[in-house]
Amino acid sequence: MAENVKPRVRVPDTASAGDIITLKTLISHQMESGQRKDADGQTIPRSIINRFVVDFAGANVLDVQMEPAISTNPYFEFGVLIDKAGEFTFTWYDDDGSVYEEKQSIAIA
Amino acid sequence: MTSTHLAAAMLALTLAGTAPAQADPIDATEIVINDGEIALPTRAPAPAYLEGVLPEVRSGWLYRDEATRAMQMDDFENPGMVFADLGLDSWETPDGTQGKSCADCHNGIDSMKGLRAAMPRMNAAGDNLWSMENFINDCRVNRMGAEEWGWNSAPMKNMTAAISLQSRGMPVDVAIDGPAAAWWERGREMYYTRFGQLELACANCHEENSGKNIRADHLSQGQINGFPTYRLKDAGMVSSHQRFVGCVRDTRGETFKAGSDEFRALELYVASRGMGLPVEGVAVRH
Amino acid sequence: MEMNRRKTIALGAGGVAALIGTAALAQTAPATTTAPAAAPAAPVTPGKTAEQWIAEFTGGAGVTEGGVELTAPEIAENGNTVPVSVAADGASEVLLVATGNPVGGVMIARFGPAAGRREIATRIRLARTQDIIGVAKMEDGTFRQATANVKVTIGGCGG
Repeated sequence: MAENVKPRVRVPDTASAGDIITLKTLISHQMESGQRKDADGQTIPRSIINRFVVDFAGANVLDVQMEPAISTNPYFEFGVLIDKAGEFTFTWYDDDGSVYEEKQSIAIA
Repeated sequence: MTSTHLAAAMLALTLAGTAPAQADPIDATEIVINDGEIALPTRAPAPAYLEGVLPEVRSGWLYRDEATRAMQMDDFENPGMVFADLGLDSWETPDGTQGKSCADCHNGIDSMKGLRAAMPRMNAAGDNLWSMENFINDCRVNRMGAEEWGWNSAPMKNMTAAISLQSRGMPVDVAIDGPAAAWWERGREMYYTRFGQLELACANCHEENSGKNIRADHLSQGQINGFPTYRLKDAGMVSSHQRFVGCVRDTRGETFKAGSDEFRALELYVASRGMGLPVEGVAVRH
Repeated sequence: MEMNRRKTIALGAGGVAALIGTAALAQTAPATTTAPAAAPAAPVTPGKTAEQWIAEFTGGAGVTEGGVELTAPEIAENGNTVPVSVAADGASEVLLVATGNPVGGVMIARFGPAAGRREIATRIRLARTQDIIGVAKMEDGTFRQATANVKVTIGGCGG
């Protein structure tokens, strides 16, 4: 597992049924592109988060295939339709096989 | 014409060729964060020792472009906040032979409120000027029995980010009198000393030419109230000393080391040039 | 296929296929092989171009302009972190490519049933001033696109 990796997501505690809420997510990750060279001229191997998936109450919200052109500390912002109370699962997949997962719940006000 | 003079002349031309649209900072008086939850003033009256030198002191945020400014206006868009979160995690994690965490002695990290605004300051013994990094390492070595963190290491910058955030909005208020006066004087001397093959002093860019462009860079006043800052160029946290190293290296000079007496003195003087500006906690710069 | 070093280098200049061949050869080379002191660094395998990404995404279908909103700064202060958003009502997937990057693809976002908007914002790396293209696959199977030019200034004094 890469060091210094931490996801950051914020889900409001409640929403009204039928609301479309905006979520922002960030994860600290170096996103080594595979394009850089070290001091000895050797290519530094690619090491990125290559996929980001958001599910809500069993339904998929977003499934992103990520390439090295996504910036260090990947950030995403997107909308979710809240039709019932439920749990969000945010999952980031690392090239090195690590999987980082974060869960947060939302209630209907 | 020597190459040094040629370089200086070219620099002067570059400075003169400023695009008018970007010649000045934007007019905003506040950085409004989280839709109005927090408002940080961007300007303060110049302290007495800068009278006639700067009309007022200004946050570096005013000199950045719209996209960069926007990232600091929402704690969720600010990538620096994830590192402050990591710092908070290590605040609560025991380390070293004593099995203690920061929280074991200091309780919640909010007990650090105000510290960043007064940094750097004289240590308890009164015989040395310490930056926040020195205080942290003193705790680690002498109270926790843990290893020192490198000045610009990830855990150190995460911790200084988390601690600085506790003082967000508090005006910079560093002591420059008493035993600190000699350090301040030394820092002031450095600020006006030309370094490197390009023979540039801090003042050449950040006092005489702030607001102008040096190549594609819009020169700010070089304030450090936003440090540690998330820097887009580095895509990571940057300490004020790390930035000083970059500046001196850009003069094609031999730089001092992060944490050196020279850079701690300079940190005190540069902090004092931003007296009254709020600690921005974790700023975003380019 | 038998390859000696000379052939590999000659082919390497010839194109992508040969470069891939070089990489494969490097991986299978016996451990006892000693590289000459001045051996060039292993070439960075070039990625698919933006054009290739779009062709794969659309399966060669035609793409019409419009119906996609691509938001990006005209001038980016630093190419490391450029905020970009792609929105297209009625899209099931969007592809974002950067025409001037060493690897053309940036992301493919697929919207699921719980998506609230057919819109995604992120931050991307741009190696230089270039066009970026957002391509949307619509629910009816057609494709639409929008292009934006981003000027990247090499800002940020020193390190």
